[in-house]
Amino acid sequence: MSLTSAHSVVAPSAISKRVAGTIIVLYALISIVPLLWIFATSFKTPPDSIAYPPKILFQPSLEGYCNLFSTRTRQTPEYINSLGPATGVCDETVRKRNMVIAGPSNFMPRFINSLIIAFGSTFCAVFLGTLSAYGFSRFKVPLADDLLFFILSTRMMPPIAVAIPIYLMYRELGLSDTALGMILLYTAVNVSLAVWLLKGFIDEIPREYEEAAMIDGYTRLQAFWRTVLPQATTGIAATAIFCLIFAWNEYAFAALLTSGTAQTAPPFIPTIIGEGGQDWPAVAAGTTIFLVPILVFTILLRKQLLRGITFGAVRK
Amino acid sequence: MADVHIKSVTKSFGEHVAVDTLDLHVADGEFVVLLGPTGAGKTTTLRLIAGLERPDAGSIHIGGRDATMLSPAERDTAFVFQQYSLYPHLSVYDNLAFPLRSPARRLSEDAVRRRVEDVAKMVRIHHKLSSRSTKLSGGEMQRVAIGRALVRKPSIYLMDEPLSSLDAKLRADLRLELKRIQAEVGATMLYVTHDQIEAMTMADRIGILADGVLAQIGTPRTIYSEPANLHVAARLGQPAINLLPTGLLPDGDMPAGTKTIGARTEHLSIGKASNGPADGVVNWVEHLGDQNHLHVTVGSRKLVTLTDPDIQLEKGDRVTIRYRAPLFFDQAGNRIANR
Repeated sequence: MSLTSAHSVVAPSAISKRVAGTIIVLYALISIVPLLWIFATSFKTPPDSIAYPPKILFQPSLEGYCNLFSTRTRQTPEYINSLGPATGVCDETVRKRNMVIAGPSNFMPRFINSLIIAFGSTFCAVFLGTLSAYGFSRFKVPLADDLLFFILSTRMMPPIAVAIPIYLMYRELGLSDTALGMILLYTAVNVSLAVWLLKGFIDEIPREYEEAAMIDGYTRLQAFWRTVLPQATTGIAATAIFCLIFAWNEYAFAALLTSGTAQTAPPFIPTIIGEGGQDWPAVAAGTTIFLVPILVFTILLRKQLLRGITFGAVRK
Repeated sequence: MADVHIKSVTKSFGEHVAVDTLDLHVADGEFVVLLGPTGAGKTTTLRLIAGLERPDAGSIHIGGRDATMLSPAERDTAFVFQQYSLYPHLSVYDNLAFPLRSPARRLSEDAVRRRVEDVAKMVRIHHKLSSRSTKLSGGEMQRVAIGRALVRKPSIYLMDEPLSSLDAKLRADLRLELKRIQAEVGATMLYVTHDQIEAMTMADRIGILADGVLAQIGTPRTIYSEPANLHVAARLGQPAINLLPTGLLPDGDMPAGTKTIGARTEHLSIGKASNGPADGVVNWVEHLGDQNHLHVTVGSRKLVTLTDPDIQLEKGDRVTIRYRAPLFFDQAGNRIANR
């Protein structure tokens, strides 16, 4: 049968292609509008950001970003006039509002906390997940099915259901408001996902590879490192993205367990208060910057992510 | 190279006994083929020798050393798997070099390169060294897999149906090459297959495995012409041996105790019955070109034999059939020497 035939079972017809294309474009638009809105808001001035009807076209301003990264104090116009010329864009912007920059805001430390905690917990979850998935896949583990079910069952309730016990535990153990505590927590939540996803990937890798390597003079761990790991990169990358997205976006535990030194960006961003209410451009600027690492990570690994999502759909 | 001695080895998987008190000795430089159907315990035997499985009982000696409890790496065997043996993330060169780069060996990269190039020439894959292993054809992949076993000088080569996933032509080519290489290297080799042609053409000795038991071991000639029992007789010969009850055809001179007569093509003489009494009726003729497969009904039994295409026999023809020194088997299925 020809691939272009109207009755082909393999090639979709022109009409169904067009319909599918339209649906995808519509869905993409709906998904991307909130992101575009946040991006646009981050470049508005505070009055523009709450204008009604909303402004689609506006004079872009860096005020949101300036406010995000700085703390400011209100001064009299006389005092501001007595100062020398403005030292930068932000200086100039805030002076128009009769303010001067007092110092850096907490955004950068919070953002760095987020990076450390999200990447740290992702590394731990994927590391532990890969090793245990390999164990479950290759060895006769006593009660393997029960153990795997137990691991999965940790995901069966909403994590926030255990918020209070964990809060009390962390307070006793001195893990409250520490990066280590948050890394442990996110690792614990993610490791179940990692074990299950990676077990699927490792099951697909024939064990003959390691057996051949072991016969060739490698130990099991060396064989794992040299033959299994290179072939599991797709699965590891996909798993890492899922873990990272969870840890990066997690709000509830972060709000509950961190308040100062270890606070991550998600609970921090909504607390950015401007003068006389929420400083929406600064919040939007924080959100925009917050999206960048996950965007970069996802774009770098998008091939693996796609294969990770469709994995198991096509069997050899 | 070294000899391998398996002594009363038993291995079970749950209830299933895969290998049952197996004794096997592969001499230094010998090419032994284990022949048997799927599930006969052939692969398990290889895996036991390689150390990928531990025997439940018995011992395995490699080169005179007790290797029963050694890890695969310490046994110094080389294994060619039926498939999946090439690392997809490595080039052909790196695949061949992989065993040489193991931490147990520590060769210089120079020595590795020389060895890899020698072996690549031997298995005729030299022109593809920089290709990715996934870009090769099936025959080339299997050449690399065999090459990867050859780069080392192990005590024994273990081959698990290395040619079975290839098409007939390639299989015939590689069969010859493998035998040539084995003779060239003087390798001790234990080769597992269910293909009787591979067994007959390559082996110094053939071992017939059935249900985890070694039914008979001997030279191809012995196994073919003096099978120990019905099972061994049925493994070899194309078309398969006809196993007929006594009294079906004129038995002739038959040793006492015979219950079954085994007749291969060369044990039967067939002629067209002119008008006299006939033994059977031609049921079907398969024309293979150089010869014909003749299906004949004798009483309630069917037998299959080869004939010359010159002999004009057609469906429905009545034929007379006589034995020519066939094989005799007793009640238990063991062969009775006919003299």
